[in-house]
Amino acid sequence: MGARVDRMSVEQKKSESMPVFSPELAARLDALVLKYPVKRSALVPMLLYAQDEVGYLSDAVLAEVARRIGISELDVRSVATYYSMLRFKPAGKFNVQVCTNISCMLRGGYEVYERFQEELGVAPKGVTPDGLFSLEEVECIGACCWAPAIQVNYDFHDELTAESVPGILDRYRNLAQNKEKNA
Amino acid sequence: MPRLVSHPDEVKIVTRRFGQGAAQIDRYLELGGYEAVKKCLAQGPEWIVEEMKASGLRGRGGAGFSTGMKWSFVPKQSAKPKYIIVNGDESEPGTCKDHLIFLHDPHSVIEGTIIAGLAVGAKMGFIYLRGEYRYLLEKMERAVAEAYERGFLGKNIFGTEAEFQIVTQSGAGAYEVGEESALMESLEGKRGVPRIKPPFPAVVGLYGGPTVINNAETIATVPHVIAMGAAAYAAVGTPRNGGTRLFGISGHVERPGVYELPMGYNLKKMIYEVAGGVRGGRGLKAVVPGGSSTPVLLPEEIDIGMDFDQVGKAGSMLGSGGVVVIDDQTCIVEFAMRTISFYAHESCGWCIPCREGTDWLKKTLTRFHAGFGQPSDIDNIRYLAENMLGRTFCPLGDAAAMPTLGFVKKFRQEFEDHLHGKPCPYARAGVPQLTVV
Ligand SMILES: Cc1cc2nc3c(=O)[nH]c(=O)nc-3n(C[C@H](O)[C@H](O)[C@H](O)COP(=O)(O)O)c2cc1C
Ligand code: FES
Repeated sequence: MGARVDRMSVEQKKSESMPVFSPELAARLDALVLKYPVKRSALVPMLLYAQDEVGYLSDAVLAEVARRIGISELDVRSVATYYSMLRFKPAGKFNVQVCTNISCMLRGGYEVYERFQEELGVAPKGVTPDGLFSLEEVECIGACCWAPAIQVNYDFHDELTAESVPGILDRYRNLAQNKEKNA
Repeated sequence: MPRLVSHPDEVKIVTRRFGQGAAQIDRYLELGGYEAVKKCLAQGPEWIVEEMKASGLRGRGGAGFSTGMKWSFVPKQSAKPKYIIVNGDESEPGTCKDHLIFLHDPHSVIEGTIIAGLAVGAKMGFIYLRGEYRYLLEKMERAVAEAYERGFLGKNIFGTEAEFQIVTQSGAGAYEVGEESALMESLEGKRGVPRIKPPFPAVVGLYGGPTVINNAETIATVPHVIAMGAAAYAAVGTPRNGGTRLFGISGHVERPGVYELPMGYNLKKMIYEVAGGVRGGRGLKAVVPGGSSTPVLLPEEIDIGMDFDQVGKAGSMLGSGGVVVIDDQTCIVEFAMRTISFYAHESCGWCIPCREGTDWLKKTLTRFHAGFGQPSDIDNIRYLAENMLGRTFCPLGDAAAMPTLGFVKKFRQEFEDHLHGKPCPYARAGVPQLTVV
């Protein structure tokens, strides 16, 4: 735990002196604000796209978004806290979101959710020690006819059983390893 | 990839191009795409609105309001720009039909949006997708870019004087943003808190301008209505319920899936023939006919036609067309608890009856299901829900209260059984048996 806190504070220091977003994201957000008749309309997607890159809405991200839209940081926070996908703490590299709402529940959504907890050894909203996975229970994700369904980041996986859980996790573990090798 | 299903009773109008690569513009054109909008450009706004009225098309977002009527409410003259919004927030549990439309036929959404714009004199449309639908937003964005390249969007569309722009938008997780005025707030970069009505969006909507907001399925249906003609479309359904609907059948059936069936199709047949009956040969306990907010029906109540009027007469609602089938080994108290937990989570907190009501219902039902119920709880649940009905700022409160009342009224015995069995006498293996809250 101590090591983790240290790493975070180092990261925070870095972000003070470095640009908050990559050049690609910065360019994308520059274009985003021009899409709308009113600049502020870019706020909700901007927060989400920023989170996709940075991992969560850090103080630095919130300040930068406020600057880009031209509103106060408080205003940005007030909006950001409304939306359930936005978070203020890092999640795992792969955020596993298990739907347990009615259609999924009827077809074993809770069993799938429990299996993920066992396999990952984390409690709800927990992150694995290696930072690779986080787990949360979510409301209906619009895949009810293919239940039970989950999302890993933005990827859907449907018609699951508890038995299919280890295979899914392996796929993401391999993905992370291959990325590391190629990097 | 979500699985596509098929049944001989289906009448494929809106799903006609599914599974045929129509997300790509050339394929969409080959399959007759963008012909309807050309017809509309030639015929003019009054004709479009009259066709929509005559088609009997009613909103697929839940309330079932006549689309033609809605469009006719937009003032002809307006100092502020007018807008079209496509509601793709799709978050009502049991509903996943718009998912398939965005995936398989994004150009039909674009074409329908342009037609709506022509009908009411709007030059800009917004297509708002829930944040979780990122891969579908990307599909939509590619389709929009293709339409711009071909000159179907922008200035002088299809070589005419007309202009129409489309902007795509991502949400970031919120059921309440599906409510039309909350969606406008979100589009303006604010918290998704609903607005007071009147004024209605047709008069004062997005950025204060007259706005038409329609569900994605409604909009995707529009080009088909124009192409086949209002009379032919209306003839497919029942009186005042034109055409077909994308029914999403989920839960305990053999063949869950999204089926396009004529309005008024028999619910019992839908479950037993189209979806293959209750899974594993079990008995039927209950059916939620139109998404989680619609009151539950008992097995003896399902011999009805699935249109807005007939389901209304049976004491429930057609809602979003999400049919959730529940077998005889399911605990209704748990089902009610899961349903109300959703609404408690999604209440935006703006008005007290909804914020407090959903929370109290959730707490009571959770305690009750865990085996710590009091006999007085049952009537208290009813009392709470009845006092929410019609007293909340937006219909989310009703959406939470209506199904709760249905469960308590129709399954009272099952609630009473919970007073004697601890924990839940109907519990499945693995259900978390919650301790007292
Ligand atoms: C809490 C709440 C959530 C809603 N969610 C949606 C939704 O996700 N999608 C949708 O199309 N309509 C939703 N609606 C209905 C919209 O307010 C609106 O009636 C609809 O988009 C109008 O389109 P239609 O006339 O084509 O049905 C919701 C309403 C409420 C009260
Ligand atoms: S209930 Fe799980 S995706 Fe809709």
